[in-house]
Order: sequence, then structure tokens, then C-alpha cells
Amino acid sequence: MKSLEELAKVRESRREALKIREGVPSATEKAHVMMCGGAGCISTKCQDVVDAMKASLEKNGIADQVQIILTGCMGPCDMGPVAIVYPQGTFYRRLKAKDADAIVEEHIMQGNLVQRLLYRTPGAKEPTPKVDDIDLFAKQQKIVLRNNFNIDPTNIEDYIANNGYAALGKALTEMTPAEVIEEVKKSGLRGRGGAGFNSGMKWGFAAASKGTPKYVVCNGDEGDPGAFMDRSVLEGDPHSVIEGMAICGRAIGAEQGYVYVRAEYPLAIERLSYAIDKAREYGLLGKNIFGTGFNFDIEIRIGAGAFVCGEETALLTSIMGKRGEPRPRPPFPANEGVWAKPTVLNNVETWANVAEIIRRGADWYSSIGTQGSKGTKVFALAGRINNTGIVEVPMGTTLREIVFDIGGGIPRKKEFKAVQTGGPSGGCIPASQLDTPIDFESLTALGAMMGSGGMIVMDDTTCMVDIAKFFLDFTVDESCGKCSPCRIGTKRMLEILERITTAKGKEGDIELLQELGETIKKTALCGLGQTAPNPVLSTIKYFRDEYEAHIKEHKCAAKVCEIEE
Amino acid sequence: MVACSCGCGEDELTKQLEKVIDEYRGQPSGLIQVLTKAQNLIGYLPLWVQTRIAKGLGISLQEVYGVVTFYAFFSLIPRGRHKLSVCAGTACYVKGTKKVLKALRDVLGVKEGQTTPDSRFTVEVVRCIGACGLAPAMIVDGKDVHGRLEPEQIPEILEQYA
Repeated sequence: MKSLEELAKVRESRREALKIREGVPSATEKAHVMMCGGAGCISTKCQDVVDAMKASLEKNGIADQVQIILTGCMGPCDMGPVAIVYPQGTFYRRLKAKDADAIVEEHIMQGNLVQRLLYRTPGAKEPTPKVDDIDLFAKQQKIVLRNNFNIDPTNIEDYIANNGYAALGKALTEMTPAEVIEEVKKSGLRGRGGAGFNSGMKWGFAAASKGTPKYVVCNGDEGDPGAFMDRSVLEGDPHSVIEGMAICGRAIGAEQGYVYVRAEYPLAIERLSYAIDKAREYGLLGKNIFGTGFNFDIEIRIGAGAFVCGEETALLTSIMGKRGEPRPRPPFPANEGVWAKPTVLNNVETWANVAEIIRRGADWYSSIGTQGSKGTKVFALAGRINNTGIVEVPMGTTLREIVFDIGGGIPRKKEFKAVQTGGPSGGCIPASQLDTPIDFESLTALGAMMGSGGMIVMDDTTCMVDIAKFFLDFTVDESCGKCSPCRIGTKRMLEILERITTAKGKEGDIELLQELGETIKKTALCGLGQTAPNPVLSTIKYFRDEYEAHIKEHKCAAKVCEIEE
Repeated sequence: MVACSCGCGEDELTKQLEKVIDEYRGQPSGLIQVLTKAQNLIGYLPLWVQTRIAKGLGISLQEVYGVVTFYAFFSLIPRGRHKLSVCAGTACYVKGTKKVLKALRDVLGVKEGQTTPDSRFTVEVVRCIGACGLAPAMIVDGKDVHGRLEPEQIPEILEQYA
């Protein structure tokens, strides 16, 4: 890719070929079948459905008129395998290999929808055939996941057709580095990894820092249990991350990027490395990009199973091949990061926002969301909820809308009890707070945290003391042991919780947990320790009665704890 | 030097290991990638492997050992032919990780972290595999995801792996 004209040429010609996915019937093709290839649908055997469909197309002699594309995660994992058939935009769910003939012969060849495979809103008599009409999708707003439905993640031209790499072109030819940073600052984009620091400011610090060379790093060590958004982005739209990083490289004057991905995500690693190769082949990574003299390349580093490596200073140490232990800040990575050089580190979801901000402008982006938190947030819904999977909503959406309107409520007519956000760093939010608009500040005020975006819904079969113990057990296991508040403090808290959940709790245990928790929050070295007490403190705040019942009456209302009566 | 247990002959294995090391020879920053590849090659990371890696990358054996014991992915002892990774992420935990582990214990007679006497299976507990929509879930050999597990399904799933 030597110039913007070349990019435009690819975009226009590919766009023509993809019109069918916008609902425009094609003269040469009967259908594009977008089959969800996310982890959920893969494990419910979407590949079998694809194979059966290919066989059916062969059998009917129309194999050359239909494309079957394996996309990234579409979101509704519990309905998998799911597929969308264009040009009609029909959404089919729970597909099996034996359904292939029906879709090919009835839908694709005769134009009759296969009624029994359509989605029905719980309680509704009629099915909702069109994907755009389904509540679950209609109430979402997609920026990060803009391409997850309609591109082939292994085809760079699909990404280019959807305006891919146009923002990089704009940043290289129409804007100065300072203007790029200013635009990101103005957009209000905040880091989606948890802490929510203003991304543009971070870039500004690294740009102003004196050392060279500089580095751009993507944190793909999505370790929070219950979070799988970053995985979906890396699997479904890897180029959006590559483009975001390259734009930052231009803005701060870096030529090398690293993506740190956890080893538990083999498909994400495979798709990303393929995407990097393709980007190089098209001249969108490498030397002299768009003929502007700008050089940028990306290398993947694979994690080896350590939760603490999601913490930025630990991650940077791990990239250098060492034990991933955190260190005190300052110096911040913007001044001393990889190889002690200025480094910008953002997580996958943050990077996936960048290209759209540059292409559509800061004003557009900042018109979405709340006063302090702009744009959208991707959440991973799981636990006791009807629609599990990935959703993307504007900041400021209430928990009630997410859990009940989009998530479809609690199965088996059970009562909603709490939602846990932010993983081991976050907290449990009770039913009384369901109408809180979600943003960085409101969640922190509730004693929870945005975290990376895992959202686990709980009903009355969940014991809140047991959940607190679960998270603390996790932290104790994953604590790197470098600082004593985290290494010893969380261990002592866990012992107290083990006491309480086995009917050996004592008067004063709750107060002791609170005192220990507050002390650890104030004194631990890194984010892991500083937030580790949150699950305990927030459940004490909202569900103190459950702790008391365990201690005083030796009762576990949810019947989870093994208390001998 | 410990003889290789897989019967392929140590010299051939050593040669392959040196090839892995070659990619990062003299570059300490490549340690984690080299260890990952070495473990994939040999199955675990015995002392002789660590010694060769230390020499090849130009760092001390202590540093290599420190990294090996820091990351959960690396193992100092041989593991079974098939790795059963039971997810203990929040969603899976809420939906019954404990039941899955108990079923495995009942069927295989081993607890988490252990290997069956016939070296067929190693059971391990992992943190979130990102298949929360399918909770409770288990991954076999790092690639086959089995979701929405019920204890009764366990024997049938295990049968697929000889």
C-alpha cells in the first residue's frame, strides 16, 4: 500500500462485493452466511454446521453462489451456534448440522425463512427474523465491536471495506502528531483496562518524554475471571487493534509495538498473528507506510499464566522475559516502560476505539456516554442470566437495562440478587442499585469497579460470603508475593472467610475483615493488592446480614457453604 | 543429564531443543517464548533443559528457574498425555466448577494438580478461559472446549481421549 489512493481503490472494489451484507441483493451471489466463529460457537460445533452447509451447497450445485464466512464472536453465546444470512439479515440460532439442508434449500434457494430456527423473544408468539429487530442487538451501540458481525477476520480487505486503515491514513497525511494526541484527549477516551485513565493524556506524556526509541504496547492479558471481551475483539477484528496501535506510534514517535496476549487464548493469537502478516503484506505495517516515511511494526508476546501480568508494570517486565512482578510507580511507563524507554500501554478494547475516533472525530465520540465517561463499554454477561455473551452499550446505560432488557433477565423465574463487576478488583452491586447509570465514577462510588468489564449475575442460589471467598482465594493464589500487605494480608482475610463459611466464625470477624481490607487497600504495591479487598468489603456493605447469619446462626441461606448444622 | 522418557532418544531431542534456543540465542528477553516452545516440545521443563536454555540465552540458571516457577503454564514435572483444564472463573464457579471437579475425582481418582497413574490425564484448575457463556466449562489439551458440563457427561468426554 504505497498511497491513500491505493487504499481507496481496494476499499471501493471490496465494498462493491460486500453490498449483499448491507441488504442489497446481488446479481451473482445468492447469499452470504455469516457464521459465528467465537469461542462459544466453536465449542457448540459451528464447524460441523459449516461443513454440512458446504456439502448441501455442493449437492444443490450452488456452491459458487454462496459464501460462508466464519466471523468473530457475535455475542449471544448461549444461543450458539448462531448465523446471519444476508441479504435478508436473518438471524438463526442453535443450529445443528442437520439444519443445513433447510437453510440452503428453503431459505437460500426458495427465499422462505426457516421458522423453527428463528429467534423468539421470551414470551412472544411470533419470531423476530431480522437481526436488527432483536432487542438484544437493537439496544446495543457498537463501536469496538463494529465489525464483529460482518467481516471475515482473516480477510484484511473486509476490514478495509469497512473504512479500515482510513484513520491511519488520515493521521499520517492530514494531521500532525500533536493533533492526533489532541483529538484523542478531546474525545475523552479513557483506558478500558480498569483504572480509566485519560488515554490522550497518557499519549501526551510519552510523546513529551525524552528517551528514544519509544514503544506502543497492547495489554491483551485479559485475566479477570468472567471477562472475555478482549478475546472477542482479537478474534473477531484484529486489525482494529493493529490500526489503533499504529496511530499511536505515529502520535508519540514509536516504531515498535508489542501485543501481550495470554496463552489461554490460542485462537486470538492465531488470528492476530495472521492479521499482522497480512498488514505487512499490504504495506500497512513495516517501512514507509503510505509512502509517508512512517515505519511501524508489531510483535506478539505470549503470556505464561500469571494474573498479575495484567498490571502494567508487571506486564512490561514480563515482555522483557522476566518474572512478572510489579514495581512502584513513578516512574510511570510513559517515562520508563519496556527497556526503560517511554511506552504507551493500553488494553485491547481501548485500542479498538482509536481508529473510529480519528476517522469520525472527537466531537462525535464525546457525544456518546456520560459527562465523565465517553463512548461505549463492552461487557461480558454471564452467570445466572438468560442471554449470556458479549454486549456493547453507551456509558450511562443502567444495570437494569443491561441485565433485564438486553440480558433477558434471570432464568427459571429466580430473583435477581446482585451483579459482580470488575472481577477480583470489583464488587457486588445489589438490586437496590440497579438503576444506577454505569460509568467509571458511579461504579467506584458503589464500592465496585468498571474493571475490564466482566459482569456476573447472581440469584438467590449464590452465597455472597462464598463469592467473596472465591475472589480472595483467587487473589491469594495470584499474588506475586513481592509486597507484604498483599501476600500476608489477603491470606489472613481468606483464613477468616474460611472460618466463617465453616461455622467457626467469631464475633468481631466482620470488623477485622474491614480493618484488614482498608489497610491493604492503602498499602499494597500495585493495583492487584490495592483492589483485592473490594469483593469482601462490598459484600459486607450490602449483604452484612449474610455474614452475620453465618457467624451467629451458622446458616447459609443459599445452602452453598458446607456448614454442619 | 536425565535421559528422555519418551523414547525418542535424547540426542534428537537435544538437537531440537537447541534449534528452539537458536531463535533467541544470546537474547535474555526471549526466555518466556523459549520456555514455552521447549515445554511444548518436551512436555515439561526438567533441569537439563533449563540448564541448556540458560547457557543459550546467556543468563543464570537461577533466573531461568525463577521464571519457570513464577508462571503457572510451566511445569517441572512430567504431565499426562491429555491436559484437562477445568475453568474456575467466576461464571463457571457460580454454575458448578466444584461439581465438575468432584466428577473428575470420582472417575479418575485424582485431584487437581495430579496426574493419573497411567499418565493418561493431568487435571488442573485454570482461571477463566473466556467461555463464560458456556459455564461450567473445561478445555482438553488446550483446544477442545466442553461447555455446559453435567457430571454425568464426564465419562463419555474422557473416552474420546486415549
